[in-house]
Amino acid sequence: MDTLIPVLVAVPLAGAAVLLLGGRRLDGFGHWLGVLASTASFAVGLVLFFHMLGRPVASRAEHITLFTWVPVGGFQAPVGFQLDQLSIVFVLLITGVGSLIHLYSVGYMAHDERRRRFFGYLNLFLAAMLLLVLADNYLLLYVGWEGVGLASYLLIGFWQHKPSAATAAKKAFLVNRVGDMGLSIAIMLMFSTYGSFTFAQVFPNAGGASKATLTGIGLMLLLAACGKSAQVPLQSWLGDAMEGPTPVSALIHAATMVTAGVYLITRSSAIFNLAPTAQLATVCVGAVTLIFGAIVGCAKDDIKKALAGSTMSQIGYMIMAAGLGPIGYVFAIMHLVTHGFFKAGLFLGAGSVMHGMNDEVDMRKYGGLRKYMPLTFVTFGLGYLAIIGFPFLSGYFSKDKIIEAAFAKGGTEGWILGCAALVGAGITAFYMTRVMLMTFFGEKRWVPDAEGHEPHPHEGPKTMGIPMVVLAFGSVFAGGLFAINSCFVNWLTPVTGHEEGNSPIGSLTLSLITLVIIAAGAVVAWLMYGRKPVPAVPPLGSLITRAARRDLLQDDFNHVVLVGGGEHLTRFLVYLDAKGFDGTVNGIAALVGGISGRARKLQNGYVRSYALSMFGGALVLVATTLLMRSM
Amino acid sequence: MNPVNYLYLAALLFTIGATGVLVRRNAIVLFMCVELMLNASNLALVTFSRLHGNLDGQIIAFFTMVVAAAEVVVGLAIIVSVFRTRHSASVDDSNLMKL
Repeated sequence: MDTLIPVLVAVPLAGAAVLLLGGRRLDGFGHWLGVLASTASFAVGLVLFFHMLGRPVASRAEHITLFTWVPVGGFQAPVGFQLDQLSIVFVLLITGVGSLIHLYSVGYMAHDERRRRFFGYLNLFLAAMLLLVLADNYLLLYVGWEGVGLASYLLIGFWQHKPSAATAAKKAFLVNRVGDMGLSIAIMLMFSTYGSFTFAQVFPNAGGASKATLTGIGLMLLLAACGKSAQVPLQSWLGDAMEGPTPVSALIHAATMVTAGVYLITRSSAIFNLAPTAQLATVCVGAVTLIFGAIVGCAKDDIKKALAGSTMSQIGYMIMAAGLGPIGYVFAIMHLVTHGFFKAGLFLGAGSVMHGMNDEVDMRKYGGLRKYMPLTFVTFGLGYLAIIGFPFLSGYFSKDKIIEAAFAKGGTEGWILGCAALVGAGITAFYMTRVMLMTFFGEKRWVPDAEGHEPHPHEGPKTMGIPMVVLAFGSVFAGGLFAINSCFVNWLTPVTGHEEGNSPIGSLTLSLITLVIIAAGAVVAWLMYGRKPVPAVPPLGSLITRAARRDLLQDDFNHVVLVGGGEHLTRFLVYLDAKGFDGTVNGIAALVGGISGRARKLQNGYVRSYALSMFGGALVLVATTLLMRSM
Repeated sequence: MNPVNYLYLAALLFTIGATGVLVRRNAIVLFMCVELMLNASNLALVTFSRLHGNLDGQIIAFFTMVVAAAEVVVGLAIIVSVFRTRHSASVDDSNLMKL
């Protein structure tokens, strides 16, 4: 069966190649080709999954080396794939949710003349992400990592005729480059320490390195994860990435891209377990981001940007869980999968709303849509209940486990992290209820678009409806299925390891506290947006609201500190170059020039002045002779 | 008469000649001043010859006279030809090679 593993990557890659190189003759059916490539990859994934399920636990991981990519002396860079319990979870999530998003895009992008190219990019995105999770060494993982960056750049900037989209794509790419630097440094450190970058050789020998090296590798991997997963301080690209078409946002936020950081940390658990400092940094990043993203999500009126803040916050939960060590890894992945379902569902729902409302994204211009778009309302509503952690829906099982694991960390640290996670859950309930109320409840606040068309909210075609329904089912049942007999935990334990944490608060009590906080968040949102009519023009708001509308000043911070700092540095260097180096060189030249200019005056062409200098010279000679004699 | 007085005269004549070379512009006058300097040095040579009691100085003075005569011939020819072409005997006007 191991020969099937490369097929997973090859099919969407071939799809991308055919769609992008095939030209206009594929315009008529290219999108279905894209869906087919993605679905075929999902089918192969399912076959491999059931095959893996049938084998005993010890021999579930499969491995295949295709060829050696860079054979230079002692340096070997193999192209090898490794399919274990962790990879297959990602494969199924990426191809499953990815296929649904492909199907949705058929309807959503129906009127776009570049639809074929769009599907080519989507396939490329899947292929890169699959390469990332299937690679058996860090160098090949890096190839997938960069491929994901490239595909996200192409897709975020897909509507490149809009300057804002082109800028957002560039921003996403550049911010990701910072993270990529971290990954490349981590790989170099690994190679110089262990002499290899394959998982099989690095992880068993991880303990052989010094503490400082392990911490360095861990921190660099964390930096890489921050870039791809939009964690503080590299989070600024995620909000702008909403400039891409909505299916792209769904793909980036649910199945690909932002999950790469969580995968990287979980995959490198052998290194993180030995580097407590790096783990501490990871939980800090996660905790800060989960609050940060939640606050941003509360203030945004753009439905997609509110959901983007939510993603940032939920990925923060995952990164925090991954930083907790063996008590958290499986829950990070579990939340990642359930989040994949409900966040994809929410984004597709948001896309459906935009589709019906002439591409309006401002929630203040929605309202009362539940009567007009019942299917979207129900699927979006189920996703909403799942994300806030409504009992016995997906989010309830995964998020509560993370909160519990955070408390189980122990000591002051555990209390701080646990409380941050609880507060985050409350804010999540607040902003998601806000999105729900502003979009589907209340009175109509619709306004005609720029060309004067009144919006006529309607459901999209079936290709858009089916994926939303499937994802809604996932949002409802996935968490519960995973929790039966702790099957998800047992499935992943051989790869990531798992320890039961000892939470200072009982599991049931904690669930109750969480529920109370979630209910409080939802009620506050109802008091603010459900009971009173929503003003069409946003009120000025408190200082923190205004800051949150500007993404908590992240761009301003980057602009002042990084851009400003860089400009000052370059100006200083230009000054140093112009005045220091050029000044010295020019000064010497001017000195020589000045001296020769003066010396030239001696050659004035008048015989008597030559004679004078001759007499003067003779005089000096005689005087010197006399002087020497007399001494 | 004390022969040192001749040396004083020679120095005086040489100074007059040198001053003339430095301050005058007319090529003929310049030339005459050069001759004056040559003759002043001849006078000094002869005086030294007398003072030291050997003939070396007088012989050198003869050589000087011969060389000066040859130099006068060449120099005057140059001055005459310059005057013919440029209608001027001033040394400052001959500046064709100046930048």
